[in-house]
Amino acid sequence: MTAVVPHDEGRADDGAASRRVVEAVWRIESSRIVGALARYTNDFALAEDVASEALAEALVAWPRDGVPRDPVAWLLATGRRRAIDAFRRRSGRDDRYAALARDLGEGGAVTGGPGTVAEAGDDLLWDPDKIEDDRLALLFVACHPVLSKEARVALTLRVVAGLGSEEIARAFLVPVPTVQARITRAKKTLTAARVPFEVPAAEDRAERLGSVLNVVYLIFSEGSTASGGDDWMRPDLAYEAVRLARVLTRLSPDPETFGLLALLELTAARFPARTGPDGEPVLLEHQDRRRWDRSAIRRGRDALARAVAVGRGLGPYGLQAAIAEQHDVAASVAETDWDRIVVLYEALGRVAPSPVVELNRAVAVAMASGPAAGLGLVDDLVAREVLSGSYLLPSVRGELLARLGRRDEARGELELAARLCGNARERGVLEAKAAAL
Amino acid sequence: MAKYMLIMRGTDEGQAAYEEMDFTEVIAAMGRYNESMMNAGVLAAGEGLSDASEGAVVDFSTDTPVVTDGPYGETKELFNGFWIVDVASKEEAIEWAKRAPLSGAGTKLEVRRVNGPEDFPQDDEWIQKEQGWREEQAQRAQ
Repeated sequence: MTAVVPHDEGRADDGAASRRVVEAVWRIESSRIVGALARYTNDFALAEDVASEALAEALVAWPRDGVPRDPVAWLLATGRRRAIDAFRRRSGRDDRYAALARDLGEGGAVTGGPGTVAEAGDDLLWDPDKIEDDRLALLFVACHPVLSKEARVALTLRVVAGLGSEEIARAFLVPVPTVQARITRAKKTLTAARVPFEVPAAEDRAERLGSVLNVVYLIFSEGSTASGGDDWMRPDLAYEAVRLARVLTRLSPDPETFGLLALLELTAARFPARTGPDGEPVLLEHQDRRRWDRSAIRRGRDALARAVAVGRGLGPYGLQAAIAEQHDVAASVAETDWDRIVVLYEALGRVAPSPVVELNRAVAVAMASGPAAGLGLVDDLVAREVLSGSYLLPSVRGELLARLGRRDEARGELELAARLCGNARERGVLEAKAAAL
Repeated sequence: MAKYMLIMRGTDEGQAAYEEMDFTEVIAAMGRYNESMMNAGVLAAGEGLSDASEGAVVDFSTDTPVVTDGPYGETKELFNGFWIVDVASKEEAIEWAKRAPLSGAGTKLEVRRVNGPEDFPQDDEWIQKEQGWREEQAQRAQ
């Protein structure tokens, strides 16, 4: 039998292995740790600061001393100590902080999680009835409308998904200091705007939930069609969004939350067939549908059924999920129910009007009623000068012209689309199409 | 991202000790554990198995398979159930395993990665057949 490094023993082991343990614990617990600290300090920025300090300390201490027996308790206790230090530093200026430092100090050792020995006052920070509320409040604060979208995405990945700045930077192809600066600026903005650490009141909730769903969707979009760089997809980033959506359905089981989860599952189900052996994109019509992830399709359809069952009609995510479902259940492009997809795009255009939706409807119309009908709708968009500068419009127009046999015009449009496209892999597909005409 | 199976294994003695425990307590602890994995968005599947003595063992040690009633007297370890978690790393799967409400001498959770399509040659005829079969299964389940 091979000896393995015990994970619970207080002894030094291979540094890289302990680092991975720290990261794993952080991924599972970051939202609960930051959430608990934010509730107690009522200061999200401070909670994130001290939680990050605790994480940084763990990255030094665990490889040196071994992984503690109860890693969560260690992180919480360290975070709490740093919070007390911060309050003491401020108490010279403000008596309130002295009181907070005292309250937090009286809590005794902080422990938590299943299977840990409860010590006096541990429930001060670890209240099982409040943990889920804290995690939900954390999501609402991280996705607060006072923040820029980039800041919302970075904060959510950091505090809710538990990703490090390096991982976020890698996922978005930006330098690590850029991510760190975004997070620092976001925390300052939240403090300046005096955003309370709480789940929004009923009258604001729908709008604020919309912002949370949008952030999860943005993360997924970036992972499923990388907007820049050489990779066509970054599935790990997309998967983070699926996981966040699953978490959200537990914390806030609204129909649109299920709609979003359904959309992400039903889209991610096609990932295994979306790239060829050399990482090149494979378009829907050429995908080997046997490679689609059937269990993801089942989960997506279940989530969509939950959204439908509420009976208030589907929102924008639910409708997009319903469209994705039509693709996922079809045996081929030809056997897809395009009439149904046209109807769903019309509904989507009513609840969330956008040129991209109109363009997609045009594609569906072309599939249902022929390329000439689709081209008419695309030309309307061109005449209205919407989507100008986007590669999407010339790429669809080129495709439809090609199907109508207008090859010279088609080639011109596809070449234009290739010039406008920011993703190297996708650009390659457009260039190949243009060259084949 | 990858799927890992947490395989619950125990001994006859461990199982006996487990049966001494308050059943409602055990159910509640398991429920809390499963819920925590659902809340984190990582639980993909999980099942517990009924008593091994109700089962059978088909032994392939000899040319002709030999069937016996349950594994008692022949094996020291029992397979009692499993969870499948969808996580970022093996370390994360291990962290979840460590939180399982299990105890007792000989009680173990084995952590194993579940093979995905990337682990097999995609041009193999049988792999392609299996994918078709999975598709049919999923459609039947819907």
